[in-house]
Amino acid sequence: MAKIIPIEEAVKLIPDGASVMFGGFLGCGSAHKFIDALSKSGVKDLTIIANDGSIPGGPLGEDFYGIAKLIHNKQVKKLIASHVGLNPDVATQSMVDGTLEVVLLPQGSLAEMIRANGAGLGGVLTPTGVGTIIEDSPYCLGKQTINGRDYLLMAPLHADFAVIGGYKIDKAGNVWYKGSTSNFNIVMATAADTVIAEGENIVEVGEIAPEDVRTFGVLVDYIVEGGLN
Amino acid sequence: MDKSEIKAFIAKRVAKDLKDGDMVNLGIGLPTLVPNFLPEGVHVTLQSENGIIGTGAVTEENKDLIHVIDAGGGAAAVGTGGSFIDSSVSFGLIRGGHVDATILGGLEVDEEGSLSNWIIPGKKMPGMGGAMDLLVGAKNVIVAMEHTAKGAPKILKKCKLPYTAVHCVTKIITEMCVLEVTDKGLVMTEINPEFTVEDVQAVTEATLIISPDLKPM
Repeated sequence: MAKIIPIEEAVKLIPDGASVMFGGFLGCGSAHKFIDALSKSGVKDLTIIANDGSIPGGPLGEDFYGIAKLIHNKQVKKLIASHVGLNPDVATQSMVDGTLEVVLLPQGSLAEMIRANGAGLGGVLTPTGVGTIIEDSPYCLGKQTINGRDYLLMAPLHADFAVIGGYKIDKAGNVWYKGSTSNFNIVMATAADTVIAEGENIVEVGEIAPEDVRTFGVLVDYIVEGGLN
Repeated sequence: MDKSEIKAFIAKRVAKDLKDGDMVNLGIGLPTLVPNFLPEGVHVTLQSENGIIGTGAVTEENKDLIHVIDAGGGAAAVGTGGSFIDSSVSFGLIRGGHVDATILGGLEVDEEGSLSNWIIPGKKMPGMGGAMDLLVGAKNVIVAMEHTAKGAPKILKKCKLPYTAVHCVTKIITEMCVLEVTDKGLVMTEINPEFTVEDVQAVTEATLIISPDLKPM
């Protein structure tokens, strides 16, 4: 049963060295208040799985948006993502300082590798990446030919924590996403030991129609109240 | 032609390749100009891989950067009849062959229809984002780009940079010509009348096959 807890308490759940999936696409759909609190917590050596490295300037004038705050603070030792080109800190830390390890995976493969773990599958067979350097990735487990077409077998991805951002979350943890914010949040909520969901609005159970629930309360362990800064 | 005229010229030609009812994914930059040039009566559904099918016009009223963006991080909107989807579904549609065309730029394209556009090892490693999936999954892959990089050929016998995907490109459209990728190599089907076949070949590393039915662009 999902439990509502203060953000300060939720942040303390995450130890140094933890692996954490963060939903969001260039910060859109990320759990912004939680990330902000985590950036002040001093936690370090995180392995982050996210679509991208987010961006510096946010739409409300933030200096660093979404997980870009954690990267800028050097709290991240490894980042698994599909695109990092819009956050210059990633290139500096990975290619100049050598303090950040970056693993790049195709966006569709990344989503499906996370989904596979959450859905109990042993891997993903995808044509994406065939003939490219993805074949050499430690996350590529082999190559198979099925009906004459080549596929790569990509490993499932799991994390200690998933931190997702929803627009409306009811007190049982059911989530409704606004606009294009569902992105990676949906699959990530299925693929971590502990799921923390931040709601811009916390509502009573029943306020989200059952047909509109996209992440199910049974998947969510902790709910924190978000909202825009 | 100056830089912006070149981009508009290419985008205008690309637009002619889209058919009414197509679902289309546009890369960043030049490809985003293509919808401005769609022929009359041709309506396409634009997919934004971060989670929109059927994007619409952004207005002051619907602009909401916190909740609705495109894959480049810019303000976006959903059009009437459109929908919001999550990343897994979005890429299922892409890999599953439900996207009729993807239009994107390239650093290098070769005569085997392979494309490199995501990494310059040791220099620039932005990542592939959704490009590898789009190239493999879309029914038509149209590379829309300037013919050369400051005079240096970009259309090669074999890409030198790491591939984004192999044997995937269906057509290359530049300010000089239109090239179709075939089993035999690159066939020039249209040429900008400002140039001769020799002009184009001189700035193209791949050997061009000239269509007997060569038309002006």
